[in-house]
Amino acid sequence: MSIRTSLFSLATLAAIAAGASATAQDLPAPVMARQGQMQAMAINVGIVGNMARGNTEYDAEMAQAAANNLLALSQIDQRFHWPEGTDNFALEGTAALPAIWENPDGFAERYMTFGTAAQGLADVAGNGLDAMRAAVGPLGGSCGGCHDDFRQSN
Amino acid sequence: MRRILLILVALGLVAAAAGWAVTRPATVSAAELAGLTGEAERGEAVFWAAGCASCHAEEEATGEDRLVLSGGRQFPSEFGTFVAPNISMHPEAGIGDWTFAEFVTALQEGTSPEGRHYYPAFPYASYRLAERRDLADLWAFWQTLPASDVASLPHDVGFPFSIRRAVGVWNLLNLQDEFTVTGDLTEQQQRGRYLAEALAHCAECHTPRDALGGLDRSAWMTGAPNPTGTGTIPALTPDELTWSEGEIAAYLNDGFTPSFDSAGGHMVSVIRNLSMLTEDDRAALAAYLKALPPA
Repeated sequence: MSIRTSLFSLATLAAIAAGASATAQDLPAPVMARQGQMQAMAINVGIVGNMARGNTEYDAEMAQAAANNLLALSQIDQRFHWPEGTDNFALEGTAALPAIWENPDGFAERYMTFGTAAQGLADVAGNGLDAMRAAVGPLGGSCGGCHDDFRQSN
Repeated sequence: MRRILLILVALGLVAAAAGWAVTRPATVSAAELAGLTGEAERGEAVFWAAGCASCHAEEEATGEDRLVLSGGRQFPSEFGTFVAPNISMHPEAGIGDWTFAEFVTALQEGTSPEGRHYYPAFPYASYRLAERRDLADLWAFWQTLPASDVASLPHDVGFPFSIRRAVGVWNLLNLQDEFTVTGDLTEQQQRGRYLAEALAHCAECHTPRDALGGLDRSAWMTGAPNPTGTGTIPALTPDELTWSEGEIAAYLNDGFTPSFDSAGGHMVSVIRNLSMLTEDDRAALAAYLKALPPA
């Protein structure tokens, strides 16, 4: 390898590294924390959601475990996850709309509906497919009800 | 010289008269609709497929409240902010005193009973393709809907877009009587095309627009800037939307992506409508999306 090509590769690597760090690693810790929580929610919704859709067989124990996780996730106090200046106009890599900060009471109220729906699911997830399916609907509604106003369309 | 001037003036008058004539708001007569009787029960399916409640029900409404079409929801655009009017059954505040012909005229010609153009924020360019039988059913269902006395608010649209007659030019350029996606389609894909292009008006958000706000049909469903904020409304063409038909149909029902992320923005409201359709119709929509020409 000539010096010239190795210099070129180094420059390329540096450029790629800079590009990568400009996306994920530059996000403030609270943004990564809330995104991580959303991902944990998605994984657990997926367990019951796939059963509700008929993609996987209903399993009472798995359904209850996922529901319990969702309930626990809904109980995480959110106050440290949404500092000012972390909306999608201020930062690349978040879909959090400024409406969250313009209307904090509305946001809190919407977020609470997730807790209510998670509790409703946890109450019945182990009681059979139909009971679980009936509680997955409101859970999905609570995701949509909040994303409707507070997350950028994707 | 004087003669040439006179001829020019005459030609100008003819052009102006022609322009005035071709931009005149069109109507549908009662005679054209003779013999059509609707069934309210079938009309409810048309109502949800056409997405009336997404814009005309109160934004936060759920369940039965989505049948209260009191209007008020705002739609910002580069031409100004449009406000959805009250289209409930109230005879003064809403459209309760309309005839069926006036209803069809509004939906398919974009003309009000007073003979004025509506702005194309109201998707009459899509509804134009709807079957009259479906509109009769829809109107029969409408008679069962509640009345709301909430007054409609004016649009906030500046000059020159405030000249309603100019919408006649827009109509000349943009109204068409054929579906956009053509070619060999299965029966299921054709059903999906009817639902998507005539009733659900997916393209109104998912297709980019030209300078005058007309849909760019050569870039059908290839995604568009989001008029209400940053970011884009995603492309639905099969090269971009790579979910399976089953995954698309399930998303239109429960609002979850294949990785169980959830829909956001106006799509949440769209899914509230589409979840009221039959499974077959959601599958037809998915089949149609897979038949779209790639971007």
